[in-house]
Amino acid sequence: MNGAGNDSVAVPLRRLAHGRTGDKGNRANVSVIAWHAEFFPLLVAQVTEERVAALFAHRRPSRVVRYLLPALNAMNFVLDDVLDGGVNDSLNLDAHGKSLAFFVLDLPMRVPVFLVPRLAGPPPAAGPPPH
Amino acid sequence: MNRSGPLLVGCAAGFSGDRVDAAEPVVDTLIARGVAAGFGACLIFETLAERTLAIAQLRRREDPAAGHEPLLDAMLRPVLARCLAHGVRIVGNFGAANPRAAAAQIVALARELGAPAPRVAVIEGDDLSGEPFRALLRQHLGAELDAHEIVSANAYLGGDVIAAALRAGADVVVAGRVADPSLAVGPALAHFGWRDDDWDRVARATMTGHLLECGAQVTGGYFADPGYKDVPGLHEVGFPIARIDADGDCEIFKADGTGGRVDRHTVTEQLLYEVHDPAAYLTPDVTADITAASLAETGADRVRLTGVRGHPRPESLKVNVYFEGGWLAEGEISYAGPGAESRARLAADVLRRRLDGIRLRADLIGVQSLFADDDGRLLARLPPGDARDVRLRVAAADDDRARADRVLHEVTALYTCGPAGGGGVRTSLRRRLMTRSCLVPRDAVRPRFEFVA
Repeated sequence: MNGAGNDSVAVPLRRLAHGRTGDKGNRANVSVIAWHAEFFPLLVAQVTEERVAALFAHRRPSRVVRYLLPALNAMNFVLDDVLDGGVNDSLNLDAHGKSLAFFVLDLPMRVPVFLVPRLAGPPPAAGPPPH
Repeated sequence: MNRSGPLLVGCAAGFSGDRVDAAEPVVDTLIARGVAAGFGACLIFETLAERTLAIAQLRRREDPAAGHEPLLDAMLRPVLARCLAHGVRIVGNFGAANPRAAAAQIVALARELGAPAPRVAVIEGDDLSGEPFRALLRQHLGAELDAHEIVSANAYLGGDVIAAALRAGADVVVAGRVADPSLAVGPALAHFGWRDDDWDRVARATMTGHLLECGAQVTGGYFADPGYKDVPGLHEVGFPIARIDADGDCEIFKADGTGGRVDRHTVTEQLLYEVHDPAAYLTPDVTADITAASLAETGADRVRLTGVRGHPRPESLKVNVYFEGGWLAEGEISYAGPGAESRARLAADVLRRRLDGIRLRADLIGVQSLFADDDGRLLARLPPGDARDVRLRVAAADDDRARADRVLHEVTALYTCGPAGGGGVRTSLRRRLMTRSCLVPRDAVRPRFEFVA
């Protein structure tokens, strides 16, 4: 169940939500905050621990936990051991992992057609119709 | 000043290296909307990220008069005299590894500005790097403690000792390592006279401090994403001010006449920043719970936070220990035009063959870099493409300086021995720091304050 029903279109998560990464040691957290309350159930249904863990598979997370904050239309992902040791040990230019929220915000989402006018950002460039 | 009246807390720095022209509009606003209305007013500076203190300790080793925030003068000079004249208290962790040096600099600056001599308190007790604490740290970190040279070891102190200094009449409080939100908790405890086990109120002040501690990150800084998240006047983004009421709830707004944006979205991003379990945000002061927290837009660029709850503070204090960690070698070279990506990939391959035995991270900037992992698994998954402007960046860590130097030499040699058309070589060699954290019993640490002459 993606919560979007049959009559839906594919868009990146960035059009439904925004977020920010924080780091402490070798642990990152990524917030995912719905632009509108009506998007929150889609996030809950589709931006799951399993999907986020799979997205970060190359960084070998030892644990991925999602916390829900419905009063804020937000969720908070906590990813353990994904920063190659953290700010002091990682060889990454972005040793804090500050860019990682945008990795998550690129996740493909299904959105019911009636919510499309509520999406953030410019409409996607004309192309073949989504299926 | 009316103790049951609100307290305004403004933040003028969110890290070491933040904008030094941030404070002036914040202080103007604190005076106009706080002092003039008979409210309490306080200005905080947060300048200590996790590793900043270790770097400060290294500076102090080379110069006993250094080790505090290098930008201290630039940060305080524009506002110190006005704060002292209007009773705006200043609290900062800009003491870093040398709070007494920072305090002496503040006293001297006040004298130079012709301001009345301030009462400056230094907070001490966070530094556990000395011999008396070695056994304690060994107990929690094991043999690793003796395997490397300690650069710094600091416990995160809480807001109670800041409050004690303010109650004793400090105009300026200079701390080293205190938990970031405690910079706001201390002034709130002192202003309202709350008990330090009034968990709900302390938790609310803690989350207020959490919203303030990164400076502009709550007022539109670190938020803009054109077309999706637009921020007016980002070039002159205003720094935040919180109005805390007697129950600890707060309203966040920003300095008058500045750019930026304060709404539900900017505040939610910062509320969750560096939070793990939202039911248990741990600080030395309290266990804060934001699972029932809510935000309301109460005016233009004004958001009210309510619903934060508190539970008893942890019995232990977190300690960050930094060790010397060898060398970080980095080198970069760029390729542009047709075949640029292929040439950059070939250059990476040349380096790997030349530097056999050294663990080398390679990034193709312009193709893939930040999201990738040190072992190159993500990059290996990406089929070669035809990007036309690519910067190869390699990095390696090594305890042996000579081996680290080899990385730099091999990148430089790509000029004549590598693929065609490589340009713009830059290399750098820096000392690395290693870190470990542990929890120590609260009573093993003795936070204290003292006024300096």
